[in-house]
Amino acid sequence: MATSLRCFLRSGKQAVLVVARRGIHRSPPAALQVTVRDALNQAMDEELERDERVFLLGEEVAQYDGAYKVSRGLWKKYGDKRIIDTPISEMGFAGIAVGAAMAGLRPICEFMTFNFSMQAIDQVINSAAKTYYMSAGLQPVPIVFRGPNGASAGVAAQHSQCFAAWYAHCPGLKVVSPWNSEDARGLLKSAIRDDNPVVFLENELLYGVPFEMSEESQSKDFTVPIGKAKIERPGTHITLVSHSRYVGHCLDAAAVLAKEGIDCEVINLRTIRPLDVECIESSVMKTNHLVTVEGGWPQFGVGAEICARIMEGSAFNYLDSPVTRVTGVDIPMPYAKILEEHSLPQVKDIIFSVKKTLNV
Amino acid sequence: MHQQQPFDSSLEKPQFPGASAEFVDHLEFIQPNVISGIAVYRVMDRQGNIINPSEDPQLSKETVLNFYQKMTLLNTMDRILYESQRQGRISFYMTNYGEEGTHIGSAAALESNDLVFGQYREAGVLMYRGFPLDLFMAQCYANADDLGKGRQMPVHYGCKERNFVTISSPLATQIPQATGAAYALKRENTNRAVICYFGEGAASEGDAHAGFNFSATLECPLIFFCRNNGYAISTPTNEQYRGDGIAARGPGYGMLSIRVDGNDVFAVYNATKEARRRAVAENQPFLIEAMTYRLVMTC
Repeated sequence: MATSLRCFLRSGKQAVLVVARRGIHRSPPAALQVTVRDALNQAMDEELERDERVFLLGEEVAQYDGAYKVSRGLWKKYGDKRIIDTPISEMGFAGIAVGAAMAGLRPICEFMTFNFSMQAIDQVINSAAKTYYMSAGLQPVPIVFRGPNGASAGVAAQHSQCFAAWYAHCPGLKVVSPWNSEDARGLLKSAIRDDNPVVFLENELLYGVPFEMSEESQSKDFTVPIGKAKIERPGTHITLVSHSRYVGHCLDAAAVLAKEGIDCEVINLRTIRPLDVECIESSVMKTNHLVTVEGGWPQFGVGAEICARIMEGSAFNYLDSPVTRVTGVDIPMPYAKILEEHSLPQVKDIIFSVKKTLNV
Repeated sequence: MHQQQPFDSSLEKPQFPGASAEFVDHLEFIQPNVISGIAVYRVMDRQGNIINPSEDPQLSKETVLNFYQKMTLLNTMDRILYESQRQGRISFYMTNYGEEGTHIGSAAALESNDLVFGQYREAGVLMYRGFPLDLFMAQCYANADDLGKGRQMPVHYGCKERNFVTISSPLATQIPQATGAAYALKRENTNRAVICYFGEGAASEGDAHAGFNFSATLECPLIFFCRNNGYAISTPTNEQYRGDGIAARGPGYGMLSIRVDGNDVFAVYNATKEARRRAVAENQPFLIEAMTYRLVMTC
């Protein structure tokens, strides 16, 4: 009870104000509605408190409270030494973060969006990812690269790319893609505590979305293990595998399909690399059908990798039809709203693919 | 042209390929001069009176009225589009409040076929070149009349006809591109110049360093125009850099540099006109740092 009250008060003036405005009688609930933004904020706050080697750097993270307000209040609490505003040079500050990690600190390096990480990608891959191996295990790089990934709304080609496939391609990196607040909080804490470089792919459209968080998931030592997927909805007819925002779309599609008697099992990958193939395989061995859903482009993407892995493993013999991939359209993201809507997977596209796969 | 002159090797002078200088026998570090840095060139005082008559560009009344009309038009268009964004009718907008002088003064000093690379706060340059209001609006609203067919975010204008390269979001990528373009134009022998606009924050990007350095080594007819408005989103200049602004970096790259009052349209005009003339005549880059102020909350 005490823990949840502390969390309730800490999770923001927002929550208190809303409740006060509505004149609702306030008794602290065991489960709580927490936005993804607040979950990430809490995770960082707790890890900054727990280990003084942890620090956050990036553009606008300190005095502006973060470009998307994810680091709200942290500079006020921890000051210049732990929360650092950088000049505009992704390559520069990613390099600085990697150097700091090599010298014994535990940086959280924020990219305003992962699109801008391309400016720094040499530091991420050639320095952060490969160093532990290249040094025969002598030099770890305990760094977290985090920021929004994938499509937002009306930000066009240079702000909408999904980098899950690019980073997950590289040995030496762990790549994580949370969906809800529990994922966000637990995975970020695990990422910060992990001695490996972790690419933490957030989603801007999810920042403001509240999800229910259990009392257990609000505890200071709650972590979600990296490398384990979660079955969000058990089912028997078909397996839907997704990550980030599209897990929500899959659940929506499953709800619609349930009314027609089609029972979908929805898997939230949580981690892209290492991929929890076992979870997907067990599911396919039960349902015999698989649809992958992602926001990124189709070629050489997350769905493509899942198809290959299923083919290579025991679950292949259990498939009653080929795997279908639902992905973003293979074009740079256009700006106009109607074009953008048609460039990303919609719930109706998932429903269509399920029915096609099941031949109904 | 930029090689050391050969001299008698028996002289007590340094003979390093990397630098040409004299010897000095006492230890002294060169101080970065940020207290009294590079002076700010201006033509008008704060009341708008010409201070030094020999610096008066002596433009016709028509021309000056056009400057004023364009600056006011830009400001008005900004207000309408900014409000559209606040009302959710367009998803994104960046205003030019406070920096109109930098756009109009520099645009007026160029030839119409000079190539412009902007960052995202140079709509006045395009407006000065006659881009119609309808097309500004069409681009922001991403409607069927948009030249870019709805592919680009608002304010990402481009116009081939008016030699204005389409705005690209990632910061400072236009700087080395401008250098490359200037090099190409030099080889074409067309007496065209390139102007490359960017903010003082974007100048922190690695691309800026590469662009500046190469423009000098490749001897390009190029004007780098830095709008130093004091802020990059919320980051003030004293956190962006510790040196004497952007103008002081120019000499480090071998570039002729000047700092001007960006709010003084005649100063901007004079500096750009002279830089353009010499950039083309002498095939070398110029750096103009226009000091101004961003009169809007963000970006």
